[in-house]
Amino acid sequence: MEVKDRMKIPRQKMPEQDPKARGKNFDEVPYGYDENTAVTEAQRCLKCKKPPCVEGCPVEIDIPGFIVCIENKDFDGAIRKIKETNGLPAVCGRVCPQEDQCEVRCVVGKKGDPVAIGRLERFAADYERNKGNVFIPEIPKSTGKRIAVVGSGPAGLTAAGDLRLMGHDVTVMEALHKEGGVLVYGIPEFRLPKAIVKAEVDYLGKLGVKFISNYIVGKTRTVDELLEEYDAVFLGTGAGLPLFLNIPGENLIGVYSANEYLTRSNLMKAYLFPEYDTPIVRGKNVAVFGGGNVAMDSARTALRLGADNSYIIYRRSRVEMPARNEEIHHAEEEGINFQLLTNPIRFIGDDKGRVKGVECLRMELGEPDDSGRKRPVPIKGSEFVIEIDTAVVAIGNSPNPLVPATTPGLDTSKRGTIIADEETGLTSREGVFAGGDIVTGAATVILAMGAGKKAARAINEYVMKK
Amino acid sequence: MAKILKKERLSENTVKMVLEAPLIAEKRKAGQFVVLRINEQGERIPLTIANADKDAGTITIIFMEVGKTTSLLGTLKEGDNIMDLAGPLGNPTHIEKLGTVVCVGGGVGIAPMYPITEAMKKAGNRVITIIGAKNKDSLIMEEEMKSVSDEFLICTDDGSYGTKGFVTQVLEDVIKRGEKIDVVVAIGPVVMMKAVSKVTRPHNIKTIVSLNSIMVDATGMCGGCRVSIGGVSKFACVEGPEFDGHEVDFDELMTRQSAYGKQEHESMQCFLRDKK
Repeated sequence: MEVKDRMKIPRQKMPEQDPKARGKNFDEVPYGYDENTAVTEAQRCLKCKKPPCVEGCPVEIDIPGFIVCIENKDFDGAIRKIKETNGLPAVCGRVCPQEDQCEVRCVVGKKGDPVAIGRLERFAADYERNKGNVFIPEIPKSTGKRIAVVGSGPAGLTAAGDLRLMGHDVTVMEALHKEGGVLVYGIPEFRLPKAIVKAEVDYLGKLGVKFISNYIVGKTRTVDELLEEYDAVFLGTGAGLPLFLNIPGENLIGVYSANEYLTRSNLMKAYLFPEYDTPIVRGKNVAVFGGGNVAMDSARTALRLGADNSYIIYRRSRVEMPARNEEIHHAEEEGINFQLLTNPIRFIGDDKGRVKGVECLRMELGEPDDSGRKRPVPIKGSEFVIEIDTAVVAIGNSPNPLVPATTPGLDTSKRGTIIADEETGLTSREGVFAGGDIVTGAATVILAMGAGKKAARAINEYVMKK
Repeated sequence: MAKILKKERLSENTVKMVLEAPLIAEKRKAGQFVVLRINEQGERIPLTIANADKDAGTITIIFMEVGKTTSLLGTLKEGDNIMDLAGPLGNPTHIEKLGTVVCVGGGVGIAPMYPITEAMKKAGNRVITIIGAKNKDSLIMEEEMKSVSDEFLICTDDGSYGTKGFVTQVLEDVIKRGEKIDVVVAIGPVVMMKAVSKVTRPHNIKTIVSLNSIMVDATGMCGGCRVSIGGVSKFACVEGPEFDGHEVDFDELMTRQSAYGKQEHESMQCFLRDKK
């Protein structure tokens, strides 16, 4: 096919659940491409000799390589190509911010819409999983080296998979009862079905990665104790300590951190209460504070739990919102009420200690601040009250202190993150590597995976020299 | 998975279980707790560790059947398994030789009070123990507590055993004797810990309480367990569970504990219906 013919093909739409209907269920929103649509989309790729998209991918997927397989209807070949570097393709195809990573660099995108790399990745992963015959690569001869991976989120799973493929004996320790970290407690079913996370965890299990759940490193065993048994330790414990607004009334009943709200709903399936035992407040008027993906997830969860009004309250404008465009768009379609340039100043409670309102101030944008974004400035006298019965604070997380607090000699920053070399993940302790949100602070799934990948290489070098 | 090795009913609605948990048994210290989930549909609840046997690889939990989860737990038999058990969690009690320590346990709170009392005694303190319950039948662990105490006092609300009245009255009598008390440790219903802190405050006696706020993950991740200590929010799971009783906002804690009253009732009704 000629380049100009390829350029003429429009970016293929991905069918989605109707916005009205989906606001009442937890089923996944986009349906994914069918085979024909995937092939058509694949034809849009120019198979650049020096593909800029690959440079944008933290896990270095051979993007043109797998897309040409799809174009040739070699779907098995496509997924094998992806899995050479990415152990979580069905997850990445759904939650990666492709628009800022691979797709933003796509040559086709210079003149129109970029190739839908993420959707094609998702297609290839779903094709293989639905077929039920998952390809298991051959594991090299055992090196006899044992590696402990702490945390089963994106960083830990990636490091574990890569280390296993290098022939090491890998054990992943998870504090919760289910593997997946933020993928299972944080990201809702309608954006990332838990069955998909499970399938990808099971795949690692088939590679021979061992998993121990309910194992709290820092409490059940310390890192020092792990080092007696293992040749190296990788810390991928994430950013799991919720930040609060620090305004009056924040401990009223009905005020949640996004972590708690989403954990109750996702991991503990509170949306199926009383069939499942974990309760959650099913608010009629819910306010979510923040402008990131977690805020969108919380507001959309509130809607599905039966809210009449689900608000996003964000102190800057839509332009500065850190959430993915696609997520903001989905939220808007579902009828989430965006209160932009609005900042909460106090929660108001009723006589039973339940939240019944939030007082807010309208803001305007002033000069840029340290982050380079325009600083929100309160408009005097603009106070107003929004009546709510549930509030969800989604303004971010700081690193979980459990491991640093119990590991002498492990250097941390002022913010509480573990200090680790960017290229290798090596920390101030010999044999201890770290990556993902515990090092960077709250970031994205794919960046955590990239860190897991780099650390796996460094760990391999370290243990093989030992 | 944790196997139930022994089960014993201590009173009408208080149950003691010995669980197979070698990793936790080896690590746990007085004042720490575990989180458990009974089955796939279950919620995660924190329970204090009442005792542990390192050599046998077991821990003991003692709980009162109050809601769906604890009631269901109470129906399990020896040989059954608890799906998930994680720990030990929370900071251990700060144990050292302080002088005279008064250990106050109320109701099922006597169970977590036991390892602390034992450790305080072992550290060389003079231990005055006060335990209280509604009535004689609901009083637990009398023998165990007595065995680790220098002075042992019992009271019941209805006077069916020991002194008639609350632990606070007994504590007040001990204080009035004029003996120098270095620290009071109190575990029981929130209202009891609040009352104990009120009694000790005018005498400036350091008072430690253990807060059982609502938790989900219990590793600092959810923030559901936050309590106001001296006007500052703290996470009971990672910064507690023990705090200075004179700093705790007990009223807020009681309010927060009632957050799911309606759902807990609904859940209990479903449980009772299914049981029939």
